[in-house]
Amino acid sequence: MKKKLLALLLALAMVMAFAACGPTGGEESPAPGTQTPAASEPAGEEPGGEAAGSVYYLNFKPEQDAQWQELAEIYTAETGVPVKVVTAASGTYETMLTSEMAKDEAPTMFQVNGPVGLNSWKDYCYDLSGSALYGELTSEDYALKNGEEVAGIAYVIESYGIIVNTTLLAEAGYSVEDIQSFEDLKTVAEDITARKGELGFSAFTSAGMDSSSDWRFKTHLANLPIYFEYQDKGINSTDAIEGTYLDQYRAVWDLYINNATCDPAELTAKTANDALNDFVTGQAVFYQNGSWEYANVVGEGKLSDEDVTMIPLYFGVGDEANQGLCTGSENYWCVNKNASEENIQATLDFMYWCVTDETALQAITGSAGAMPSGEAGMGFAIPFKAAPESSNPFVALDAEMTAAGKTPISWNFTTMPSEEWKNMVGSALAVYAADQTDANWDAVVSAFVDNWAAEYQLANG
Amino acid sequence: MQRAIKKYWPIFVLPTLAAFVIGFIIPFVEGVYLAFCQFTTVRDATLIGLSNFVRAIGDNTFTHAFWYNCAFVVVTTIAINVGGLLVAVILTKAIRGTNAFRTVFFMPNLIGGIVLGYIWQILLNCVLSLLEKPLLALDATAGFWGLVILMCWQQIGYMMIIYVAGLQSIPDTLVEAAEIDGATRWQTFWKVKLPMLMPSITICLFLTITNSFKLFDQNMALTGGQPAHQSELLAYNIYYTFYGRSGPQWRGIGQAKAVIFCVIVVAIALIQLRATRKREVQQ
Repeated sequence: MKKKLLALLLALAMVMAFAACGPTGGEESPAPGTQTPAASEPAGEEPGGEAAGSVYYLNFKPEQDAQWQELAEIYTAETGVPVKVVTAASGTYETMLTSEMAKDEAPTMFQVNGPVGLNSWKDYCYDLSGSALYGELTSEDYALKNGEEVAGIAYVIESYGIIVNTTLLAEAGYSVEDIQSFEDLKTVAEDITARKGELGFSAFTSAGMDSSSDWRFKTHLANLPIYFEYQDKGINSTDAIEGTYLDQYRAVWDLYINNATCDPAELTAKTANDALNDFVTGQAVFYQNGSWEYANVVGEGKLSDEDVTMIPLYFGVGDEANQGLCTGSENYWCVNKNASEENIQATLDFMYWCVTDETALQAITGSAGAMPSGEAGMGFAIPFKAAPESSNPFVALDAEMTAAGKTPISWNFTTMPSEEWKNMVGSALAVYAADQTDANWDAVVSAFVDNWAAEYQLANG
Repeated sequence: MQRAIKKYWPIFVLPTLAAFVIGFIIPFVEGVYLAFCQFTTVRDATLIGLSNFVRAIGDNTFTHAFWYNCAFVVVTTIAINVGGLLVAVILTKAIRGTNAFRTVFFMPNLIGGIVLGYIWQILLNCVLSLLEKPLLALDATAGFWGLVILMCWQQIGYMMIIYVAGLQSIPDTLVEAAEIDGATRWQTFWKVKLPMLMPSITICLFLTITNSFKLFDQNMALTGGQPAHQSELLAYNIYYTFYGRSGPQWRGIGQAKAVIFCVIVVAIALIQLRATRKREVQQ
């Protein structure tokens, strides 16, 4: 009898333990291998959503996670609407979005990176054309259209070019005014390489082809041949690229890899951090990157504002004297059409608040000390009417150049047919860098031109 | 006692069974269903028939990954089992510090695949760069041997433990009898020990074959499929199809690949189990 009781008790304990496991297991993400980083739930939020609605923002930019969390808390304190912000770890946004969207409590607010990203998610995008947020945009160009519908709204405008360490450049006997074209850049860079031993630094940072850094070349640098071809033809996208300007692409790539801090054969092992370290420790003068990199380059123990500036990515094509920075956006806010009506309304309200409220605007555009908590702001330039000037000097530089009559280069890499296309170009570039033969360059051209048509067919055919 | 088990077995089976159903059976069935669908998230699938399978088989990267994976399985299965058995034989001899050696050989197993992949990437790239050869991400052959080295390093210790257990369970009487009958050490090993080891060999072969087919983390971290998908194994190819490609059709194709992959691995594993089971001897 005693034994029986014990057995029963044990069995009961087992069932209880299992029952206790159940609900927790059920809440976890269904896809294996996805982490749930940095999730914060405002206190007092009940699962199941309240009548007033709630907001769940799946944020793309890990650099700004802390700021979004703080903004969410402030908004909840002001309005009582719960706002949950979850940030995907770098490079896992699509994975995370895919698994989160399949849940009952899916994100109400998410991001796509442009027309190609929208292609995957267009069935989930709420039409924002009638929203107050859309009315706040400074230009229609910043809306991402899906036919007649406004599927996404760009919330940050960024610029990239070549970040220059002016102090080192002066040591080499030049100033940024000396560089007004690709030829000038080449002359300066090759002169620095020739005197590398005496100067103690290189012209370019390592052009890392590790996945943390290869987007600088397979996406951002590859934007230029695409841009100039589009300009020639007067088009905004194409199902087949010709590659008219790939010789210039090769010239720039040659310049980058043969005047850098490392042997071109080692590029596949070089990361984004390697390049950044080359730059902040004064081992290289030029660093191709964008306005988002400002906080990494300037600061304590790094370079100072006087040391750095940004010059356009000269490409040896067109009117180089009047070329501006490459400016555009690949961050579009979208609202989940499948969310409940209250949640959609709550999300629209939250977005509107972000771009009109003084505190929020300060947090989004400000730099050091801009957050109410005293932390640094996000430093974005945002395309909304109420936005103040951004505190980011690179962004300010872009505005200055545009005001001086220079033409910014638009971001056409959002029309690249697929992520796969970029990867194949990147892979071919890395192979070419290790062994710079014409045959290997032909492989780059093939990855650029032939694969564009093939991938476009796959994505749209 | 017997009666109690007969009466209460559902209570004991239920938790595990439920966990198995929730964690395996349901996702598996849903996964097979999704292979016939086009979908962005698993909630909104539309049935489209067999076209996913047609496109999966027509995908060159998938067929390449399959053959590359097959070669990888053959090489690693032989290398790991020969290596593991060799180490086990040495470490069942009466030498000092066998336990310490066993621990050291087993340790690589305790490190996660991603970490191992990155560590070996640094090591191998250093060697390749000193030899002035192209780095791992530039050469699919180097990537292949890199993966083989990594897998051997990680798995030999684990298989060794199984072989050690197998060797220790061989009764001394048998070995002694063979010695008295005048068998050489070599003959004892081939004719007595090895047949007695068949159960261990079955399990070790099964583990190495399936592990090599399923290899994912190490592949992702060590080569990332570079250059241009040339060093992709099947699992990574499926992952990449599912998550790395944009457009609504890819998820279904990835799912179809996963189903094909599952069928292949199950078939191969069953054939192997039957083949080696037949050779097992009873003591």
